[in-house]
Amino acid sequence: MSKQPSSSHLAALDDLLEEAEQWHVNAGDETVHAKRIGGKWRTIKWLSNSIWLLLFFGPYLRWNDRQAILWDIPDRQFHLFNVTILPQDLWMLALLLLFLAIMLFAITAFSGRVWCGFLCFQTVWTDIYTWIEEKCEGTPQQRRKLDQAPMDLNKFGKKLGKHTLWMLIAIWTGISFVAWFTDVYLLWGDLFRLQLSSAAWITILLFTVCTYLLAGFMREQLCMWVCPYARIQGAMVDVTTIIPAYDFHRGEPRSRMKKSDTDEHTGDCVDCNQCLAVCPTGVDIRRGQQEGCIMCALCIDACDLVMDKVGRPRGLIRYESLNGLEGKACPPVYKQPRIVITSLIMLAALLGIFYGLSSIDAIDLKVLHARQPLYVLQSDGSIQNKYTLKILNKLANDVTVKITATGPAGLKITSRQLLAAQHGRVTPTSVFVRVPRKELTAESQPIIFHIETVDSDKPFSSHRESVFIGPKR
Amino acid sequence: MADKNPFPGENNTGHIWDDNIRELNNPIPRWWMLSWWASCAWVLIYVVIYPSFPIGDKPPPGLMGWTQIKEFKEGMAEIEAIRAKYEDQIKGMTGEQILADPGLSDYTVASVKVLFGDNCGACHGSGGQGAPGFPVIADDVWLYGGSIEKIEESIAKGRRGMMPAHGSKLSEEQIDTLASYVVGMAEGKEDPAGKALFMANACFACHGMTGTGNQAMGAVDLTDSVWRFAPGGVESARQTIAHGVNFPADPKSREAIMPAFGERLSSHEIKKLAVYVHKLGQ
Ligand code: SF4
Ligand code: SF4
Repeated sequence: MSKQPSSSHLAALDDLLEEAEQWHVNAGDETVHAKRIGGKWRTIKWLSNSIWLLLFFGPYLRWNDRQAILWDIPDRQFHLFNVTILPQDLWMLALLLLFLAIMLFAITAFSGRVWCGFLCFQTVWTDIYTWIEEKCEGTPQQRRKLDQAPMDLNKFGKKLGKHTLWMLIAIWTGISFVAWFTDVYLLWGDLFRLQLSSAAWITILLFTVCTYLLAGFMREQLCMWVCPYARIQGAMVDVTTIIPAYDFHRGEPRSRMKKSDTDEHTGDCVDCNQCLAVCPTGVDIRRGQQEGCIMCALCIDACDLVMDKVGRPRGLIRYESLNGLEGKACPPVYKQPRIVITSLIMLAALLGIFYGLSSIDAIDLKVLHARQPLYVLQSDGSIQNKYTLKILNKLANDVTVKITATGPAGLKITSRQLLAAQHGRVTPTSVFVRVPRKELTAESQPIIFHIETVDSDKPFSSHRESVFIGPKR
Repeated sequence: MADKNPFPGENNTGHIWDDNIRELNNPIPRWWMLSWWASCAWVLIYVVIYPSFPIGDKPPPGLMGWTQIKEFKEGMAEIEAIRAKYEDQIKGMTGEQILADPGLSDYTVASVKVLFGDNCGACHGSGGQGAPGFPVIADDVWLYGGSIEKIEESIAKGRRGMMPAHGSKLSEEQIDTLASYVVGMAEGKEDPAGKALFMANACFACHGMTGTGNQAMGAVDLTDSVWRFAPGGVESARQTIAHGVNFPADPKSREAIMPAFGERLSSHEIKKLAVYVHKLGQ
């Protein structure tokens, strides 16, 4: 494989090998100070990180005089632009959670820990924190030296700057989280007047402390020892999963291209340890798949850069399945049952959510037929049924609704038909319906209740089917 | 063993099995230990501020003075405070006035349901559907009147039905004829023989000339579709005519007694129950 390297390549390699010895596999004994280099995956990582800007700026979005997305816990309402979701519609949340869980499963099966490497808040916040650390304290070498140096004014200044910035980000994270649950402008006002509710204080404090500790100190330890997803993801990955992988057939045996071992049996890996240097969790990808690897692909960038420098083709570390490394073809995705089944479940969940969102009525009706008694014989020989109607009003104001019913001939509602429905609540009411006995053709017949608003500018309506029950025939 | 440790300098505990399997002494990270100690400290704090270990027959109250039963009572007081708003309004109102206010009558129905279950449901059914011998109260037929005042009176003072037994005065055929006549009444049938017996035996004295009954004495309306002693029909009518209701001289007489609740329940509760009963069927 290897050709005689040119002299410029050898010079570049000497530079790399000079620092090769300072990179060690993370044994948990010292802070991982990973090297930052640019590259394609680094850019992608910045882009994926930036999704979290939504957390910080999303709450400021307004929609019709109120926050566009707001989990209003005291009023038990969820506002999503112009849709208001009440607890009654929260089954959609269950579907959403199902969708997200299965999506995580599907993506892991297809391409490993994409979540860990690119999107997870632990990864993202840690990435930002170490970026700040580098800005304050310098390169990994300088940081390691600083960690060991005795405390002096210089060290203190650098550390103070870093921890202040960390703390500010942590506090801002806490406030931004709470802002999704309460009006953000009021929140800032109350915050400056120190008038927040105790729940808000505690939540902000909790998120601040956790952010500071988890992103500042725990870092990759959380992924290695605490995160449950990291524990189960191995069960979803198999030989067809495309993950950042080291091509050991091409790379081994490693050679630092000293004169003595530059024969044709050496592999492409020059053993410069750059892949290890950039790894945020401090693992050596050349040891194969391991639980410490969060699949962030930064080592791909590192190795590609090295390969460019020494004049060898890129892709010694690349996104590849274990099958691919062995030169075996993988079946296309649509023939992999796991991917197909998970996609179908996701599709079903999505359809359910779309159905739910599109069928949310401004007013909603539920009908419960009384169980005891199922029917009552009246003095004139007619049969009376009792129902409890539950009218849910999702509008912003109280409305009066008119209750009507269609069903067996001669049907008559004997209870009051106009009802004030309070907004944001369920208003229950008892409804009595009478039908002359001779009109009953079966023990149980369908009956449909309708409600319609009578005093709002725009009429809203809803209906629900139930049964009218008479004596056994 | 420790003095001749075959693996010196690797920080093992001196526990060695099968020649080379040994236990190393790798302490867990400092911060894990610190969190463990912090958890221990938390337990102590918890024990001090919350009631925990029972000493004697009562657990010490803890510094915060918090107990579950206290929290429960506070919760109950909260509910009572919400109810008080309505209860105060209802207190000064008659049943009629409560019924005229939809909000208050809804409140009354919701809040007195338990009382109905405890006191009335056993005979009249949880939904007022009645039971053999006990009248349906979810329909529109009222033996002693369906106005709210009459219902209150029935609950407070109780009721006692009365109909003499005619078995000794009438022959079997006569009872047959009379029973068929009563059954036919609800269907609007004419029957001169039955009518003659109805008049001759003074049935009209209580049930009225046209059989529509008399609520003042609890005499049933014979012309409607509802039977006091369900299931209705000729057999049921025969039994009632022959043996009467609450007739002391006839051991087979039907029983129809509503106990008085005036002693057991307050007039406020009875008023609320009357509203509940009134709204069972309308
Ligand atoms: S081994 Fe590579 S992909 Fe895995 S965590 Fe380290 S840098 Fe990221
Ligand atoms: S895999 Fe690439 S980056 Fe890692 S040591 Fe080998 S040549 Fe260097």
